[in-house]
Amino acid sequence: MAINKRGKQSFVLPQLPVIQAWASVAGKKESEGPLGHSFDYTQKDTYFGQKTWEQAENRMQQIAQEILAEKAGIKQTDFELVLSGDLLNQCIGSSFSLRNTGIPHLGLYGACSTMAESLLLSSVMVGGGFFDRVVAQTSSHFASSERQYRFPLGYGGQRTPTAQWTVTGSGAALVCSSGNGPRIEACTVGTVTDLGIRDANNMGAAMAPAAFATIAAHMDDLGRKPEDFDLIVTGDLGQVGKELLLELGKRNDLLLGGKLTDCGTLVFDNTVQDVHAGGSGCGCSAIVLCGDLLPKLKEGKLKRILFCGTGALLSPTSTQQGQPIPGVCHAVSIITGRD
Amino acid sequence: MEYLKAFLVGGGLCLLGQLLIDKTKLTPARILVSYVVIGVILGGIGLYPRLVDFAGAGASVPLMGFGNLLAKGVREAVQEDGFLGIFTGGLKACAGGITAAIIAGLLTSIVFRDRDKS
Repeated sequence: MAINKRGKQSFVLPQLPVIQAWASVAGKKESEGPLGHSFDYTQKDTYFGQKTWEQAENRMQQIAQEILAEKAGIKQTDFELVLSGDLLNQCIGSSFSLRNTGIPHLGLYGACSTMAESLLLSSVMVGGGFFDRVVAQTSSHFASSERQYRFPLGYGGQRTPTAQWTVTGSGAALVCSSGNGPRIEACTVGTVTDLGIRDANNMGAAMAPAAFATIAAHMDDLGRKPEDFDLIVTGDLGQVGKELLLELGKRNDLLLGGKLTDCGTLVFDNTVQDVHAGGSGCGCSAIVLCGDLLPKLKEGKLKRILFCGTGALLSPTSTQQGQPIPGVCHAVSIITGRD
Repeated sequence: MEYLKAFLVGGGLCLLGQLLIDKTKLTPARILVSYVVIGVILGGIGLYPRLVDFAGAGASVPLMGFGNLLAKGVREAVQEDGFLGIFTGGLKACAGGITAAIIAGLLTSIVFRDRDKS
């Protein structure tokens, strides 16, 4: 019997897992953005001292793990499980960062929804009584993503106005069975939604329908309203996708105005940073969550948020073959650590 | 006057490319390939050489100029070698440019390291 399942695709956690610590690592452009002061570690060298950008990405994950252990007051070897993923082929940003550490690891791919996906699965692992200390982590890097999805930077291609800027950064959260901190209370697993958007430079529009579907399902399944949340935070819809989501809400009587914000629009200042439609990438929602939102939840400045990681599930091959871009969105409801 | 003509024609071709990036869903790669193909067609029907006469480097340096050169090379090779020229002429005419690009690319990649624009 699935006693914790609610509605079609949501579940509640009877033992609320606690997010005891978190860490955020960010690159140069992110450190110059509006949230620059809130990250634990920033680096001007986008290679992070490594030879390639792919290696830089797994270095960022290692740094995030080091900071996470330090902030939690434990050793890295005390991590019982790391659930992580990234945007590189075969998720090497994540698996390589855990080489020979002896820490159990499950690799995830949820495109830019990976922070929410890993947090959701961590809450199940901990809430279900399988593990005590689970790390949910992800990363992305502007330069490695350009190579992965579009062109290597050396090619010098032009960016289109609807293109988003992949965030260089890594976020990690330590989900525990006890302790102090923000708590995860309910989650909604997303469905893969595809309305036929084919433009790989307009992923916000491709993900907005998925975000709407998941937010609506969360409200339906758990009998909630947008007013029950201080914030509904989508991952990386950017300016274009956020407006589309608000419009979808209006048409379907789910008014999100006033509650909705998007990590892609928070992480950069578009008036001075020339990022076109905003930030994107796994790291985008990860560093906004671990740099800005979790501290506010801990202090009680936010009481309850719905963290909705959004992912565009395209591959370079599917784009070249002219396939439209499916989107997915997973929602995690997090409440303040203070009662 | 020569400079002005080159600037206007070369700039106009680039402006057209920028508009295609901003206003259509064409990817940069497709725009580049279309420029080459348009250059071949315009060169083949004899229009592009007139533009080159008018604007000089303003017309020969942009990608359409490359297409034009392919067409010109084929035409000349066909006159010399007949049928076989269709296959050999294009690349023969562009060999200098292509090899220079490859060598410049090689040297650049040895000397410099990629950097992102952030």
